[in-house]
Amino acid sequence: MTDLVIIGGGPAGMSAAVEAYKNGIRDILILERDKSLGGILQQCIHNGFGLHKFGEELTGPEYAWRYEKQVRELGIPYKLGTMVLDITEDKVITATNEEDGIFQIQAKAIVLAMGCRERSKGALNIAGSRPAGIFSAGTAQKYVNKMGYLPGKEVVILGSGDIGLIMARRMTLEGSKVHAVCELMPYSGGLARNIEQCLNDFNIPLKLSHTVVKIHGKERLEGVTIARVDERRKPIAGTEEYIPCDTLLLSVGLIPENELSKSAGVSLDRITSGPVVDQNRQTSVEGIFACGNVLHVHDLVDYVSEEAEIAGRSAAKYIVSLARNTETNCSDTSAVTVAANCTADNTDSACNGKTDAYPESIHIPVTTDGKIRYTVPQVITRKQDLSVFFRVADIYHNVSFNVYNENHEKVFSKRALKAAPGEMESITLKSSVLENVKALHFELEVR
Amino acid sequence: MFDVAVIGAGVTGGMIARELSRYNLSICILEKMNDVAMGATRANSAIVHAGFDAKEGSLKAKFNVKGSEMMENVAKELGVKYKRNGSLVIGFNEEDRREIENLYARGCANGVRDLQILEKEALHELEPNLSDTVECALYAPTGAIICPYELTIAAIGNAMDNGVALIRNFEVGSITKVDDHFEITAKPNGDMQASVDSTDAVDKAYAVDPVNAADGAATPLQARIVINAAGVYADEIAAMAGDTSFTINPRRGEYILLDKECGHLVSHTIFRTPSKMGKGILVTPTVDGNLLTGPTSVDISDKEDTTTTAEGFALIIKEALENVDSIPFGKTITSFCGLRATGSTGDFVINAPVEGFINVAGIESPGLSASPAIAEHVADMAAAQSAALGMTFEPKADFNPYRAPMHHFREASIAEKQEIIRKDRSYGKIVCRCEGVTEGEILAAIRTNPKAMDLDGVKRRTRAQMGRCQGGFCSPHIVEMIAAELNIPIEKVTKSGGNSYVNVSRTKEEV
Repeated sequence: MTDLVIIGGGPAGMSAAVEAYKNGIRDILILERDKSLGGILQQCIHNGFGLHKFGEELTGPEYAWRYEKQVRELGIPYKLGTMVLDITEDKVITATNEEDGIFQIQAKAIVLAMGCRERSKGALNIAGSRPAGIFSAGTAQKYVNKMGYLPGKEVVILGSGDIGLIMARRMTLEGSKVHAVCELMPYSGGLARNIEQCLNDFNIPLKLSHTVVKIHGKERLEGVTIARVDERRKPIAGTEEYIPCDTLLLSVGLIPENELSKSAGVSLDRITSGPVVDQNRQTSVEGIFACGNVLHVHDLVDYVSEEAEIAGRSAAKYIVSLARNTETNCSDTSAVTVAANCTADNTDSACNGKTDAYPESIHIPVTTDGKIRYTVPQVITRKQDLSVFFRVADIYHNVSFNVYNENHEKVFSKRALKAAPGEMESITLKSSVLENVKALHFELEVR
Repeated sequence: MFDVAVIGAGVTGGMIARELSRYNLSICILEKMNDVAMGATRANSAIVHAGFDAKEGSLKAKFNVKGSEMMENVAKELGVKYKRNGSLVIGFNEEDRREIENLYARGCANGVRDLQILEKEALHELEPNLSDTVECALYAPTGAIICPYELTIAAIGNAMDNGVALIRNFEVGSITKVDDHFEITAKPNGDMQASVDSTDAVDKAYAVDPVNAADGAATPLQARIVINAAGVYADEIAAMAGDTSFTINPRRGEYILLDKECGHLVSHTIFRTPSKMGKGILVTPTVDGNLLTGPTSVDISDKEDTTTTAEGFALIIKEALENVDSIPFGKTITSFCGLRATGSTGDFVINAPVEGFINVAGIESPGLSASPAIAEHVADMAAAQSAALGMTFEPKADFNPYRAPMHHFREASIAEKQEIIRKDRSYGKIVCRCEGVTEGEILAAIRTNPKAMDLDGVKRRTRAQMGRCQGGFCSPHIVEMIAAELNIPIEKVTKSGGNSYVNVSRTKEEV
């Protein structure tokens, strides 16, 4: 039996582990499939990480090290090169690695922090051949940044997600020519700062409302045909343009990796493709928490860390509450010891005896109008101050984010000059707002 | 000199080579690509047809029914996944019903067992996700599914284990009859030199390095019997030997493959009733658990044109949804296109136009299903020719018909896996997370006959890179493994042979 098992040793997993430790949990195990901690940050050698969290610009590996250092200093155990194969609803984890072979762990609580994967070319049904030279942007990033190999010299990028934008700059710096970044939508899905620093600074054209309609080349890619698309995102005949190139990078979306969540019986949100969670980042399965890109795709890792702190803290609280329940039943002293390890400054922790144990008793569902695509959390189970994160469906100017109760009475409103799909938004609700509320509905109003 | 040279390492050539490896003969397979199963074998519907389609009395009918009956045992010997899932030919209206009755009668005449016509209620009970508009169906319980490249890789691997040589990147340029044998030269082949997966048989039969022949050098490859199993190029190979009696006119077939999440949507192979417009779009589970839809059917002239088209995708989606209206095409993981080797005669072309030269051509559907029966028949033909050529067909005492299944680890129990990992730790390390493929399985694919020599070769043997991320995470690691195993630089690793290099150079390298 292990108190807390964290699936994934990227920024979310490490942050959750550190926070759980700070909240009194000692029996923690991080399972990481790669050969080092840090997750995808290890190949993100550009800077811009940590501005929000640390007030300075770090590279991905530097940001990851800030957390890895804490994990090591606190002596939190982790297993590298370890792939989790299955998680059951009863929190039995089956995993494999070279050292232990296939092994099982019974956890009291689990934090899901598996991250996300890139949408592949196969899902797009692009017509033409299937030559070498077509990569998802992150795969190319791994070849260039981690392995030191150049996937190609004449590049077209489909999709303007952040990894695509970052790779446009990286390939240029490596001496390749990036001919265009094509984006199906009339706006970019990436951060405004990346458009500026990765495309505009290098005179790389961003072709909005364009897509790749055909792939040419038998063995290695020889070129792509791109075309403009209409409002329904269908290619417009007569707008085709052939671009000779040996490389096509795809940055067409990220998908939270929730195969394990499904095996654990966790309910998923159709929009985020991640688990449905409450304000503690607890999923539909009691004692299983989720944070980071496995929950919903974030724009900044800084927010991943913050979200993971919530999950780590909540998991700690859950474990302590289990221990307390056990204590009441006069058994298992080891679990009591865990509670005693809590320090006095953990004002929100269960060990001061003032907060509620799981499961929470109220249930306020949060819904959206479509202009706001989703929220995290999707349900609120306790009246407390909390932040709600969300993304919008299109680019809007001069907006209000309005929150209504079940009688469509406005209970909260926040204004913004601009909202874009590439940037995550958030609002903070005071516990007083949640008094007497049975449901919350988020709407975006263009003023 | 080889006793037999088989041209083409597809399912037909592979099964023939394996059948011939039962005898004390020196045999080589000549393949123009970097791997086996690269033509029509790579991309088709992966169906073992029951045998009700082909016209009574045709070679297609004869070999289909027989091959279909042999296939389960062949698959067992070769350690290949095979599932008799049964097939349904569905009808929407009275016209379809008449055609279904015709198929029933034809199937009975061809000797297909256990055919039934099912009416709506029984049909929807058997296959609940069929669209409501489906009224009736021909049910063939003997229909089955198999993975065509897995079968071919296994057949050729087993043939190699029994002494057959595989010569890759050897594209036949000429065939000349000289006295009692043929001399075969290869076309120059750019960067990819012909390579022999060496065996004792080659060393004995072919003292000269075949790479010389590949480079168009003076020394051609010699063989007493040549078997033409060259797929879409079979007409050109036949013409080299002087036979211009048929042509091959490739017919494109496009497919869309969906995630394993959708593999349970149907349990049977769902065909539409054939019409003047062709057999239409089928929906089937695959032996690996995915859902496959397709193929389109378009005659083309370019024998290399395996491109997919927007029109093809639209047709597949439209017709597939008519068959099964709940298919979630948003779960597509890839699309691909294959070429049928459609012959001008309308039937398989299996004959010996020149002494010692055997055509096995026009092997379009139901060629996969027929392949075990064709192989047996062609081995008999070769034996019949051998006496005149001064050869004897003696059965090999130590022929081993079995090959260890490549999917053994995947399907083992946890205890069995533990035991395997204890002996070889690399089986504890997952490389492809989507399909759960271990380092040990990938190393085995690169080390076992016929060796995987490129990314796609590893993919077809292990399913690594074949899941929902399509190699996004694991392909860089597999590139490193191929480079290390084959002892080549990383930038020389290809996706699929030829010029299909994955990386063009090291970074920071002077242009």
